[in-house]
Amino acid sequence: MEINGVTIEDTFAEAFKMWGSRLIITAATEQWAMTTAQAATGFGTSIIGCGCEAGIGRVLGVDQTPDGRPGVEVLFFTTSKKSIAPVLLVRVGQCIMTAPTSACFNGLAAEKTVAVGGKLRYFGDGFQSSKLIDGRRFWRVPVMDGEFVIEEEFGMQKSVGGGNFLILAESQTAALEASEQAVAAMRQVPDIIMPFPGGIVRSGSKTSSIYKGMTASTNTAYCPTIRQQVESVLPEGVNSVMEIVIDGLTEGAIAEAMRYGIAAACQPGVVRISAGNYGGTLGQFQFHLKQIMA
Amino acid sequence: MGSQLNSEKTTAVSINDDGVTLRLKAPITLPVEAESICPDCFVGCQQSEILALPVFCGRRRKMLGDIFSVSGEASDRITVEGDLTHFKRIGQGMSRGRLTLRGDGGMHIGAYMKGGEICVEGNTRDWTGAHMTGGMIRIRGNAGHFTGAAYPGEIRGVNRGTIIVHGDVGNETGARMRRGLIVVEGHTGECTGAGMIAGSVFVFGKLGARAGAGNKRGSIVALGETAPMLPTYQYQCRAQFGFLGVYLRQIRKWGIAVSDDLLKGSFRRFSGDVTALNKGEILIHD
Repeated sequence: MEINGVTIEDTFAEAFKMWGSRLIITAATEQWAMTTAQAATGFGTSIIGCGCEAGIGRVLGVDQTPDGRPGVEVLFFTTSKKSIAPVLLVRVGQCIMTAPTSACFNGLAAEKTVAVGGKLRYFGDGFQSSKLIDGRRFWRVPVMDGEFVIEEEFGMQKSVGGGNFLILAESQTAALEASEQAVAAMRQVPDIIMPFPGGIVRSGSKTSSIYKGMTASTNTAYCPTIRQQVESVLPEGVNSVMEIVIDGLTEGAIAEAMRYGIAAACQPGVVRISAGNYGGTLGQFQFHLKQIMA
Repeated sequence: MGSQLNSEKTTAVSINDDGVTLRLKAPITLPVEAESICPDCFVGCQQSEILALPVFCGRRRKMLGDIFSVSGEASDRITVEGDLTHFKRIGQGMSRGRLTLRGDGGMHIGAYMKGGEICVEGNTRDWTGAHMTGGMIRIRGNAGHFTGAAYPGEIRGVNRGTIIVHGDVGNETGARMRRGLIVVEGHTGECTGAGMIAGSVFVFGKLGARAGAGNKRGSIVALGETAPMLPTYQYQCRAQFGFLGVYLRQIRKWGIAVSDDLLKGSFRRFSGDVTALNKGEILIHD
């Protein structure tokens, strides 16, 4: 299969079951909502090193948020149901509650919930108070700039992490430009994040190493500078590879995002689109590139 | 009584979505105990069974069919037409469905209500929604005293649920409420939120005197004029309160005009009552 002269490899992305949660951050201005969202989702690129994968979703207008202020959606993904509570507690407590004028609301109606506001309320030292309206409980915590409002519980649901595709290009410039185009296109799709910096990974990994204690190391098969020293999979003419990793609340959202991203990435200077997998032995989900782009 | 009737009948007749309409045959001035006018009682009943439901008219036991003409059957959507000023306890303890009163209602409407919706297109008398624990009551006209309040001798009153009064209310609205929300589009009488344990009362008109007397943790939000405050409240600060954005947007969805000024406005916060727990508040819009 070819799109705009770019070969779509007959392979698949292998992805894993995760647990996801969506929060709505509001603030006095969109700028402060975004600043808060960036702080809350920082250092959330990979579950291996960061404890969660996090990213920013849609920017919300004043008519789309519970309190009528500008808002931003943020998504968090962890590998288990149990691990989502400590992640949210720390990030909401340290990055959202601390941000000027912020408030934090549940953005995911789900059967399973995790208590976050219900625990952070104790910061109020006895002066916190709760409000219950339309079946939703909010906590008002007195803070130095006024009050921090946080919802008692946040929804969480089974999700998918690790959807991906690789952009194999003639040059680093071409790979970066194509990746940027892909990320911009994928941001239109709701319920997904691309947790790496700017949505792009340049240091993909494999699950082995020559060093003891290292569970992952650089993906040598895709490193162009050592192509003749290893079993490289890079075709002739490829001098740079970048990867886009996607986490989503649903399998469908990831497939949709990949479709948008791959279509946008197929531009001059790009040789091939591929995807990362472990032969189908580890992940519960497979995203076949040809099926997605059919 | 309602739940007992319901449990006996629910399996007999399937639910009819067309609803049941009761029309008052003739004006009644005697007090009528009418807790059988309740969706939970009607939902499993054929028309003949609805006609036979008991009411006490003065001291005499009568049947609904003696007082009302009935159309429809087996539904949890009830419409009652006529002047029901002297009918007490309509919708008492209801847990489901919708009850519409096309006219005025009497005392204790929706008392102990657990769910569903009551809409009164006229006025109601005292004790509307007393001790309710869920659902919504909407009064298009005025409501009497003790709206959403606790009965004498009871420590706790309303515990969840919403009461919306588009007109005025009398004294002691929300007295000793534990949770829940009361919204008054008009004015309130004296002692609004007296002895509130928690919950919220929003007043768009004038908040009457002695509001929040004995308030422990409740919130009284004054969006219009206010009578002089009790001296047992202390001014804290002027601020914008995030939770009010959530509440006022929901109240706007319920059909009450909430201006953008109110949504973005700042409020003066008074805490009190210092003679009680002192964790309650009155918020006054600037």
